[in-house]
Amino acid sequence: MKHIVIASVLVIVVTVLVILGLNAVDLVPNLASAEGEYVDLMFQAQIYVIAFIFALIIVFMLYSVFVFRRKPGDTSDGPHITGNTTLEITWTIIPLIIVMGFGVWGALHLSEITAQGADELVVEVTGFQFGWRFEYPQYGLSSQELYLPRDRKVLFRLTSTDVIHSFWIPEFRIKQDAVPGLWTELRVTPTEVGNYRVRCAELCGYAHSAMYAPVVVVEPAEFQSWLEGQDVGASQPPEDMTPVERGAQLAEQQGCLSCHSTDGTTLVGPTWQGLYGSQGMLEDGSTVVADEDYLRKSILDPGAQVVDGFPNIMPPAYTFLSDDELAALVAYIESLSN
Amino acid sequence: MTVLSLGIVRGLAAQIVGTALGIGLVVLVRVLMGLHAWEAEPATVVGAMLGVIAFIVGVGSMDDWFRWARGKVTPLHHGPPEDKPAWTRYFSVDYSHKVIGIQYGVLAITLLLVGGSLAGVFRVELAEAGRQFLDPAIFNTMIGMHGWGMIISILLGIAAFSNYLVPLLIGASDMAFPRLNAWAFWINVPTALVFIASMFVGGWDTGWTAYPPLSARAPLGMQLYFVSVFFFGISSIVGALNLIATILMLRAPGMSLFRMPIFVWAVLATSIIALTATQLIALSFIMVMMQRLLGMGFFDPAQGGNPILFQHLFWFYSHPAVYIFVLPGLGIISEILPVFSRKPLFGYKWVALSSMAIALAGFLVWAHHMFTSGMASFLRVPFMFSTLLVAVPTGVKFFSWIATIWRGKLTFPTPMLFVMGALSVFLIGGLSGPPNGIVTTDLFLHDTYWIVGHFHATMFGGFVFPFFAALYYWFPKFTGRMYNERMGKIHFWLMTPAFWVQSLGQMRVGLLGMRRRIVDYDPALGIEGGQLAVTIAGLVIGLSVLIMLANLIYSARRGRVAERNPWKSRSPEWQIPSPVPEISYPDGLQVIGEPYDYGLPDSRYVNLQVAAAAE
Repeated sequence: MKHIVIASVLVIVVTVLVILGLNAVDLVPNLASAEGEYVDLMFQAQIYVIAFIFALIIVFMLYSVFVFRRKPGDTSDGPHITGNTTLEITWTIIPLIIVMGFGVWGALHLSEITAQGADELVVEVTGFQFGWRFEYPQYGLSSQELYLPRDRKVLFRLTSTDVIHSFWIPEFRIKQDAVPGLWTELRVTPTEVGNYRVRCAELCGYAHSAMYAPVVVVEPAEFQSWLEGQDVGASQPPEDMTPVERGAQLAEQQGCLSCHSTDGTTLVGPTWQGLYGSQGMLEDGSTVVADEDYLRKSILDPGAQVVDGFPNIMPPAYTFLSDDELAALVAYIESLSN
Repeated sequence: MTVLSLGIVRGLAAQIVGTALGIGLVVLVRVLMGLHAWEAEPATVVGAMLGVIAFIVGVGSMDDWFRWARGKVTPLHHGPPEDKPAWTRYFSVDYSHKVIGIQYGVLAITLLLVGGSLAGVFRVELAEAGRQFLDPAIFNTMIGMHGWGMIISILLGIAAFSNYLVPLLIGASDMAFPRLNAWAFWINVPTALVFIASMFVGGWDTGWTAYPPLSARAPLGMQLYFVSVFFFGISSIVGALNLIATILMLRAPGMSLFRMPIFVWAVLATSIIALTATQLIALSFIMVMMQRLLGMGFFDPAQGGNPILFQHLFWFYSHPAVYIFVLPGLGIISEILPVFSRKPLFGYKWVALSSMAIALAGFLVWAHHMFTSGMASFLRVPFMFSTLLVAVPTGVKFFSWIATIWRGKLTFPTPMLFVMGALSVFLIGGLSGPPNGIVTTDLFLHDTYWIVGHFHATMFGGFVFPFFAALYYWFPKFTGRMYNERMGKIHFWLMTPAFWVQSLGQMRVGLLGMRRRIVDYDPALGIEGGQLAVTIAGLVIGLSVLIMLANLIYSARRGRVAERNPWKSRSPEWQIPSPVPEISYPDGLQVIGEPYDYGLPDSRYVNLQVAAAAE
């Protein structure tokens, strides 16, 4: 009995210490969504239970290790105790009640975070190797950046053009896969103004680790003016734009920039800065000049002449571009060499 | 004796010939169909498959069956081959469960080294932010090779102990089907080669889960991976069938089910899962293979297929597989604890039946891997409840273990240390489980390093630590010699703290936003210190395993000769000489008491003089 009492006191002490220790560090990133509050609350509750069970097992185990160690010279066996049905039933029933309780609580939380809101902002998210595109069907515009107003529930409708991706912003907590051929849904209400990143959470191939998209959460008024600014850009008819402006817009809309930088950094593919007119070595050792002809061919049939040192992974999916659009893109790339 | 008289050499030669034949066959068919002769995928797949089959025939594992087909009688041969040195039996087909157990064990440790080395390499890459030296395509291949290499190493390690120990523990002279046993082992050798070859024909960048559509467009190595999983799976199914038959039919007189050593219960539970679930992973991979080869669009939305269907099929095996991996390890913990506590196993029947409960519940939880997948939202709730249920029998095991050592008379040679390490590590793995089982927190934790930390802790606590405990514990039984205790303790004191750092470090960086399976990470997450700690800890674990291998290899030749029953165990295998003679129990074996009645004076578990008593 003495041993049980000492160990029980130690269990309480260790439980408190573990909880204090875990609460002393920031375990998770800053929280920036209303739905995430349910996640953090649940996680905090789990930490209390985990700390207690951890202490219970570890204390009784280490207590045995130190106190019930065989004394030198003792060759006798321990007491012949084969079991105790009451104890076994107890430690079956109590954990059963605890986990089922958590299950019910989790189910209630799930229905909260999947519930429809009154005035939802709809954003259609398309994942592709290796970037994200965001459409705002209520406003008829699309963007490479995910702009969101604070405190308005957003319904993300997700899909993918190629393989499975997973849409995750750690500060928002919850994630959802984007599956080709399917629309999946996720509801998030951003609560903190700031800059975040979408991070693809499902292995999707070569450049999975770099599959980011910028997220900007702004005040509702600022969101409104962003929408209007976008509208201006979108409503400007293509024929009023210079080829370079049109090319810049296309590069953003088509997701080119998630693999090709315009500032000299090497992403998945070659940077466009200084690309036009430069000489490059191909996989087979031959060289080629990146002139208009080469650039057009590489957009339409990316696998034909791959620059050495880069993987042949660009999707041959841009054949729908019109001749004018191709010319605009090439003009834009050319402008980055001047 | 010539080199060709070694079965493995003939098998390898046959595999080369078979592979060439398979490739030739595809070329021939294509030419006859008027297609251009060379197409890499079908040639590789058919070549690899025929190569494996040719090895199985060439090694001689089917010789007796061929003779039976011709009406010849082939009595089971006992002992080393008559015309060759005794060591050659380990490199040829041999029907003794003790030889096959060692063969499994050596192959398991070989693959453990392959999988572990890969982890060592990519952990160095991950030690700091920014790309160091690994191309992303190679990194992606390596994580998959690490994952499946370790899984196979675990399955083979379990087969090693099950084969060697189960007949000894239940007093059987051998497995129920010795020829099938050898056949099941030898499948693994050519298959391991196919698996390793997958790295060198383009690799495969999907991770071991191989989700389509990514796996449907991955490089050629993907197909060799699928072929290897298929054949490993056949071995696993056949091995499980053999173990179930052995356990149910060949127990010694007096050994009722509830008098079996507890490890045998664990093997029975594991084998039931392996026998009935493995088909599903093979099926799911064959379907992707056919989608690639023949354009059958099972998982291709453009052809009416559904990528999520794959995940259901895949996890229907691959979640229960987790219990295949850990139940035998937990059985080893239950087996060793009473010996070094000198106390009966607390609540024997509860521990035995909790293995069965975990095995059965394991079939109902697969979709908890799919909470974010896009399957119907309401399905997440029932799978959450079934998943949480698994915590209950797992808790029963934990509490029973603690009650077993409570007030015992504990000693701590290396095997007992590793059992204690297993308890502490499995505790981490177990306690980090429910947050993934509850949907809301899983939506945050899924596909992060938290998960990586969680399952490595379950695998190490549930398999690796107990496996090492078992290696040390039964080493005198296998070799007749004692391992070096000091080196064993060094191994333990390096590995256990390092594993704690690795595991908690992985969970820490995961909570801060580190995703699974990425070659490079965002330094803005503030996880560089954690990443470096995980890498260093991982390398220390690797070093400690090398120390163990050096210890075991040296001690097998030069170690001090072990006494017959160094641990004063009641179990039957320790009542006979070490290494175990060809016929384990020449005088029979009869169960006359309970297995773990330590502390009960004048009680015995088995009587080994059955024949003498009858005279």
